Amino acid sequence: MSILVDKNTKVLVQGITGAHGSFHAKKMIEYGTQIVGGVTPGKGGETVEGVPVFNHMKEAVEKTGATASVIYVPARFAVDAIRESGEAGIKLIVCITEGIPALEMARLKEWLFQKKIVLIGPNCPGIITPGECKIGIMPGYIHQKGSVGVISRSGTLTYEAVWQLSQRGLGQSTCIGIGGDAIVGTSFVDVLKLFEQDPETKAIVVIGEIGGTAEEEAAEYIERHVTKPVVAFIAGSMAPPGKRMGHAGAIISGGSGRAADKINRLKKAGVTVAPSPALIGETVQQLFAKKYEPKSRSRV
Amino acid sequence: MNIHEYQAKEILKRYGIPTNPGSIAKTPEEAHPITARLAQAGSSIFAVKAQIHAGARGKGGGIKLVKSPEEARETAKALIGKTLVTPQTGPEGKPVDTVLIEATSPLQKEYYASIVLDRSEAKPCLIASEAGGIEIEEVAAKEPEKILKKHFSPFKGITLEEADEIARQLTKDPQQVKTFAEIFQAMAKMFLELDASLVEINPLALMASGEIIAIDAKINFDDNGLYRHPEIAALYDPRQEDPREVEAKKIDLSYVGLDGNIGCIVNGAGLAMATMDIIKYAGGEPANFLDVGGGASKEKVAAAFKIILTDPNVKAILVNIFGGIMRCDVVAEGILAAVQELGFSKDAISRIPIVVRLEGTNVKEGREILGKSSLNLISASSFEEAAEKVVEAASK
Repeated sequence: MSILVDKNTKVLVQGITGAHGSFHAKKMIEYGTQIVGGVTPGKGGETVEGVPVFNHMKEAVEKTGATASVIYVPARFAVDAIRESGEAGIKLIVCITEGIPALEMARLKEWLFQKKIVLIGPNCPGIITPGECKIGIMPGYIHQKGSVGVISRSGTLTYEAVWQLSQRGLGQSTCIGIGGDAIVGTSFVDVLKLFEQDPETKAIVVIGEIGGTAEEEAAEYIERHVTKPVVAFIAGSMAPPGKRMGHAGAIISGGSGRAADKINRLKKAGVTVAPSPALIGETVQQLFAKKYEPKSRSRV
Repeated sequence: MNIHEYQAKEILKRYGIPTNPGSIAKTPEEAHPITARLAQAGSSIFAVKAQIHAGARGKGGGIKLVKSPEEARETAKALIGKTLVTPQTGPEGKPVDTVLIEATSPLQKEYYASIVLDRSEAKPCLIASEAGGIEIEEVAAKEPEKILKKHFSPFKGITLEEADEIARQLTKDPQQVKTFAEIFQAMAKMFLELDASLVEINPLALMASGEIIAIDAKINFDDNGLYRHPEIAALYDPRQEDPREVEAKKIDLSYVGLDGNIGCIVNGAGLAMATMDIIKYAGGEPANFLDVGGGASKEKVAAAFKIILTDPNVKAILVNIFGGIMRCDVVAEGILAAVQELGFSKDAISRIPIVVRLEGTNVKEGREILGKSSLNLISASSFEEAAEKVVEAASK
């Protein structure tokens, strides 16, 4: 078991003929992901990495039976790519692209909700169920099959955390980078809900950062609904207010989005917060060593 | 991206929101005729406002009231070309290149209005208050009941009914309700059409004359939306930014300067933030945030070194790279090439030690390459060790 993707997931690559698209298509195929085709308008009929290229998503879905897609197109075409994928019937869309205007995402959200589409990202590394399916740009080999679920707003910091886990023999059920933008398709809460329901996931790692209130909302949800142990790290304690720290969404503004507030709220919800980014793996290990018994929480 | 008050007001005017009559002066000499013209039109008190990308200008002496063209010229002379320090600029201040001179008139009451994107609701939101003229955060802390909020559609903007509902809670006067509602609709329209991230009018004032006027205005834009608004992108004023941030931006690096003495070069924004955090955890102070991108190419690493070395506070540098798709051996060669290209001698490295921590794909080969080099880079095998070593190196 895992969440959202497994060995049966059939994936289309949108933008497969581009430099990023073709490179990562190859890497995903090598990992064992079922890449069943790709889409680039005007390039239909070609093949890339042994898989067929189609002009449109509709045709690609009809011919391949794909249920997921991953997007590597430039920002100005990415929103159309997401809509095209959803209109073609895809229910899980992973958007790697960075640079989509926040208002475009606000406009997309309602549509995603109505169509019951799960969008991961944008501006994210993707999703991986170790040993089964990797959709995105993360290095596959650092992951190990296991029972820790990982959710993060970051890319390389997630690799760092996963590496710390794998080094200690703590494998992962599924790892999801939800993206560094102000508005993303899938929130911490959405993923926490799935991990809580997944019998294979025994513990959850949440990697947050400054900006917005997604971590506070996660804490609220954990307090009420999550019975599995949760370890968190929040990046950006040293970030000055009003400055964007690389990610479009990583900014402390109008007194909200500070790391200290997020950490306090998570602790209040019973989450174990790693004091240093080097201690994420160790903190999870300690929880397991204590033979952590799931707490019973009051359900609201 | 931020713009100046006078630029924000030009946008407000374009959308039909009234502002006080005025013009900008870039020299003290220009201030005289501008003020004389405003006087001819019937005004007797004028505001000379320093144009910088920061608030609390009044507290820093950047806003002065004057009564004559001569006085305006003298005030402009005292401001233009100077660096203004306000509670929001930081101790280094911001340069004043331009002043805005406006006719002023008596006002009855100050209101507040802004539009932001509410991230958790994924919807734009109108915020209004009868407590204007002070920072909204202060109102939120002391009198939260005075803050009104209304979310609206990112497609349609704010409807007349929605705008009316908020306006009615601000005033009982039907004419004022109508004007407020029109202003809110115009603000929402510009927010959506221009990919803004903030449209703020504070104060939005009811004048003694009964008019409602935007006395001060601030508009910020979503950097990701700028490609579709070249006329807005052209308003970018690099003079208002940290010069190192401007340099970094030119080569697509993300840099933010801090006060510490440990320079950081990291791939990925989350890991770069975490690197600053771990330096602090280990007892040191980071000098910067710097993300060279997930790939950490040789060119970017070289550019990153250059920018960090312009900071005289830097006593040691930590390079922290998690090689994922990009292999560590390639990154290691890139680091060496960058260091050599910059003419770093052994001597220079002994003055500014460089700690390198590589992890990920081909890490063994990467560390071997660094170890064989004659450059005496300090190698660290874990995140924690890297932080400890660089803090130690910086304290020597």
